[in-house]
Amino acid sequence: MTNLMTNHYEAAAVILFGIGFMNLLLSRNLIKKFIGLNIMDTAVYLFLAAKGYIAGRAAPIVLEGTTASVEKFINPVPSGLVLTGIVVSVSVTAFSLALVQRLYKHYGSLDLDEIMEKAKKEGH
Amino acid sequence: MAHVNYIHNIPFISIFLTMFGGIITPLFSNGKIAQKINLIIVCIVGVLSAILLGSVWQNKESFTFMMGHFPAPWGNELTAGPLEALMALTFSFVMATTLLGGAKFIQNDILAEKQNLYFVMINLLFGSMLALIYTNDIFTAYVFLEINTIASCAIIMAKGTGESIAATLHYLIICLLGSGLFLIGISLLYSITGHLLMPNIQQSIIQLTRTGEYAFPFAVVIGMIIIGISIKSAVFPFHFMLASAHPAATPASSSILSGLVLKSFIFLNIKMFYCVFTIDLIRNLRITNVLFLFGLIGMVVGSVSALKETRIKHMLAYSSAAQIGYIYMGLGLGNHAGMVAACFHILAHAATKAMLFICAGGLMSVSEGKDGIHDLRGAAHKNLMAGIGFTVGGLSMVGVPLTAGFVSKLYFASATIYSPQKMVITLLTLAISMILNAMYFIPSAIAIWTPVEKKTERPKVSRRMEIGIAIFIVTNFCLGIFYKPIIDMIELGIGLL
Repeated sequence: MTNLMTNHYEAAAVILFGIGFMNLLLSRNLIKKFIGLNIMDTAVYLFLAAKGYIAGRAAPIVLEGTTASVEKFINPVPSGLVLTGIVVSVSVTAFSLALVQRLYKHYGSLDLDEIMEKAKKEGH
Repeated sequence: MAHVNYIHNIPFISIFLTMFGGIITPLFSNGKIAQKINLIIVCIVGVLSAILLGSVWQNKESFTFMMGHFPAPWGNELTAGPLEALMALTFSFVMATTLLGGAKFIQNDILAEKQNLYFVMINLLFGSMLALIYTNDIFTAYVFLEINTIASCAIIMAKGTGESIAATLHYLIICLLGSGLFLIGISLLYSITGHLLMPNIQQSIIQLTRTGEYAFPFAVVIGMIIIGISIKSAVFPFHFMLASAHPAATPASSSILSGLVLKSFIFLNIKMFYCVFTIDLIRNLRITNVLFLFGLIGMVVGSVSALKETRIKHMLAYSSAAQIGYIYMGLGLGNHAGMVAACFHILAHAATKAMLFICAGGLMSVSEGKDGIHDLRGAAHKNLMAGIGFTVGGLSMVGVPLTAGFVSKLYFASATIYSPQKMVITLLTLAISMILNAMYFIPSAIAIWTPVEKKTERPKVSRRMEIGIAIFIVTNFCLGIFYKPIIDMIELGIGLL
């Protein structure tokens, strides 16, 4: 329990990941599915950001007149990973929403089961 | 200046060339030029991979290539050994032959003004597969997994029908579940080990397992990463995405998807086993047993579903699910011989299934585009090469001697000797699955060769398709007859991973 309290960011991130994952897996509404995807990805970024932060330290930017010292800075690698991850997640979300839009125009529904049913009938 | 080994630049050049191809292809509004450029690039990559394979095979070495000459913990790395080079060579060979054989379908199925964009996606897809083969960094692997997902979705939906878009969405959702699990897995792994490069992670994992720290988190992380990649490679029960994606896509896309994309994920899984987690840890955590079980169920369920199908492309899609089951069964045996057999089956199935989809497309196109097996009666007489190709592919799937499928099944069966407790069930399932394979491939082969009464004019068949299928048939027999050097290469490659 104490572990959970000290690592509350990580615990929150994992709970959010679970919520997002189940939403993506189980929700029938396509828009909700992709909101789930975004919750899932954001949870991972929260986790990474929490992991990279070291209390009392600053971003690794060397200002004029100061000397660079490892002891002053947080770990910059997770921030880099978060940025890369955001780019990936934005592009995937844009792509999937474009697909959803085309499907809605074609079938007039956002319900995945209904769409698959209609698509099957069309294929026959 | 130190001696520069140009051969070591090949992995980077291959990836760069395909990505560069992806950038320049949209500049040509003519689909045919885009196609030619794409084919040339794939062939160049194939030749380069062959040179690389020759070199690493001769020197019996595996090397790492520093990107931008930043040393280990800072820079990004690529790594290549005999197994990676062999995979890259096979992928480029199958890719080139599929594009040659499937060119007609791409021209017919996809809108003329969008054909150049199709080849952008093919380039990106090929580049991402090469990157998954060569990368030595798990976050790079994640980024290329997502590029791979988007590009493969784009080639499935290229036909633009409602059915294909619905199938794409289904495929996309399952892929995203897999990559989500992979992403949280590597984030956790990074927080435990503090590294992103595979060799460094492996060192700290070995150290931590020796002290017994973090035993439980490791089990969770390994589970997430391996399950994430397995979901993407359509292991049972996630093979349903194949069933809808393949029939809706153009035959060339189906070939690439089933023959190559799924295999690149499986290869990433093998890399994770050997380069990140160490095979002993995977065995101790009994991950291999889980994969073994799902592989076996997939083999039977996939074959039974294929048996029930009356439409040829659905049948081939379910058959792919069964073959993926074979590969996971080989990985799940957990011994060296099983891995070798699984790697060989990756190559054999890549060559065979790509041919089967092209042939099925060829047979359908001479039967007014209908895909029911009873509609295809006599189709082989109208398109001789596709008929022969389909028959050879079917025989290879069943495991008839002299074909590629026979060799992999032989090696799967002999690998069971090293895992006695799994021996009986593996051999039984292999036998059942082979009988089921025969039960659906032989009737469809008979159906396409059954002569029909009415004499109709023989439709014109694309010359390029015939050449493509002929190359595939020859490859299949080559794999089935001259398999020894390839097995040696795989054995050396796994040892050097």
